[in-house]
Amino acid sequence: MTLGELLQLLLFDYTLRTVALGTAALGAVAGALGCFAVLRRQSLVGDAIAHAALPGIGLAFLLTGMRATPILVLGAAISGWIGTLFVLGIVRSSRIREDAALGIVLSVFFGLGLVILTFVQRRPTAAQAGLETFLFGQAATLLAGDVVLIVGVGAAALLLLALFWKEFKLLSFDPEFGASVGLPITRVDILLTSLLVVAIVIGLQAVGVVLMSALVVAPAAAARQWTDSLGIMVLLAAFLGALAGVGGAVISSLGGGIPTGPTIVLGASVLVGISLLFAPRRGMLAGLLRERSTRRRLAADAVLADLYALAAQHGETTEYGHPVAVLRAMQGRGGGVERALARLEARGLAREVGAGQWSVTEAGIERARNVFLPGGDE
Amino acid sequence: MTEPAIEVNDLTVAYHERPVLWDMDVRVRAGALTAIVGPNGAGKTTLIKAILGLVSPAAGRIRILGRKYREARREVAYVPQRGTVDWDFPTSVLDVVLMGTYGGLGWMRRPGRKERERAEAALEQVGMEAFAQRQISQLSGGQQQRVFLARALVQDASVYLMDEPFQGVDARTERAIVEVLRHLRERGKTVVAVHHALQTVPEYFDDVVILNVRKIAAGPVAEAFTEQHLRTAYGGRVPFLQGVAPSPPATPGVQESPDPAADRRGTFSGGA
Repeated sequence: MTLGELLQLLLFDYTLRTVALGTAALGAVAGALGCFAVLRRQSLVGDAIAHAALPGIGLAFLLTGMRATPILVLGAAISGWIGTLFVLGIVRSSRIREDAALGIVLSVFFGLGLVILTFVQRRPTAAQAGLETFLFGQAATLLAGDVVLIVGVGAAALLLLALFWKEFKLLSFDPEFGASVGLPITRVDILLTSLLVVAIVIGLQAVGVVLMSALVVAPAAAARQWTDSLGIMVLLAAFLGALAGVGGAVISSLGGGIPTGPTIVLGASVLVGISLLFAPRRGMLAGLLRERSTRRRLAADAVLADLYALAAQHGETTEYGHPVAVLRAMQGRGGGVERALARLEARGLAREVGAGQWSVTEAGIERARNVFLPGGDE
Repeated sequence: MTEPAIEVNDLTVAYHERPVLWDMDVRVRAGALTAIVGPNGAGKTTLIKAILGLVSPAAGRIRILGRKYREARREVAYVPQRGTVDWDFPTSVLDVVLMGTYGGLGWMRRPGRKERERAEAALEQVGMEAFAQRQISQLSGGQQQRVFLARALVQDASVYLMDEPFQGVDARTERAIVEVLRHLRERGKTVVAVHHALQTVPEYFDDVVILNVRKIAAGPVAEAFTEQHLRTAYGGRVPFLQGVAPSPPATPGVQESPDPAADRRGTFSGGA
């Protein structure tokens, strides 16, 4: 299939358009709110919430006997919320640290959820069909009504995020200072965590409890690479989340029943990979280039120091040339001296006075005095 | 004596049943610069946090300008230790300083032009106006400290509580902070700062509180900042003291804590 055909499908195929709109919305909401989870070093909280939501889905179905999305999502939200409270309670009232508490809650709730789902599956009616898609997600099961729910609830969450922007920022950056200026830190924390719960549970049907946290963490981690502004980071994470959501949904819808969760995670991983490697300043490539240029500058400076020392023996003259072989011997290593000399020449710090004979320039002496003399380097 | 800016009575704070502050009585003189000194783990930070209502005491009463913290909040500015936040947080210098205006803004309101102007003025006071748009991860330790100080200045308070403002800063920052402190005193503000470098206490501060879980001594530097009190607090090992700290004539009994009975009360009333 060509890109043109794909675009046409996205625009005109009703089912695919519905699915794409839904996954874009849930990706955007998860990406935006995920930024705060990542910045507060609570990336794993998203994972715990998603896993803790599973028993709620099963119980909501058992209690009501209905498969309606709003009911299941409500069950998921309550159960995810209780899971978060458990984490908080364990950390506050015992000496168990947060990572261990998250691990406990995540696995216990997930196990409970699996037991409930298995029990539900054994029931003779067919009404429960499709509940198991909540494990790994199946975007193709999104109906127009589900998308309306995702967009509506997601928009409300983003609106609250915008309204309480400065409170959330202060909570994330410096909660103690926030408390000292009268911010009710605990309540703001509860609100922000609740929004995260909302962002997660509206994605469970399409992405699944197992991998939903990737959509919370990955877009935020990728966005952080490209910007130093919280506002831009949140917008970018929302965009990347939407991109991963749509990409994953489309691939899974086309490819005969691949669960959506894994395809979305793959898409998000590609975005993270690109960001880690290629982002300016924070990217690994930029870091490598910086390191290499630093190393070269230091190598050139070392040769400059030698040239200066040689010139100093002749009363700091710039007239005598010194053979490359001497410089090489002073460096105590073979390669790199010519390259270093070329760099020095390009910067006007050294010049070739005869064939293979090099001397420091006035500018070179100036720099050598500034750089090397105070510290007595070399 | 006029009303103290901060009055702490019988304050006891405990973490996991271990007391970090025991039966502490402190009066901070209004309009003066007061240093809090003591060895590591003496409860200096805890005292600041208790005054700010950030830790809840097991016992005791704290009044700021005669009121509870909740009511006096607008009159108090806070400079936390700079190591307590993530300096890689995606935000700018100006943005951090603007956080000092949040307390007066109320819910959902964003800082506007007036707040920005105040933040810029505060940055100028600490010599950081050129860094307003800089990302905070690009700052040196001293610059970070000056940003935190500017954030407190924006709060335009009467009482400033600072936790180790001089910790690990460069000489230029140290001078800038000292200047700000003196400027605050000229304007009648009260400053309480946790301070580590004992040798600069007499030069920078008017009053001192020496503590090690209990209060050892408190009062004007000339009276309270004595070798004996410091030895009591630091357990005899105060290496810098040779010829630096004032050593008043040895008259045992006079150098005791201003109210020895208050210090000992905790021991005997025990059983908290």
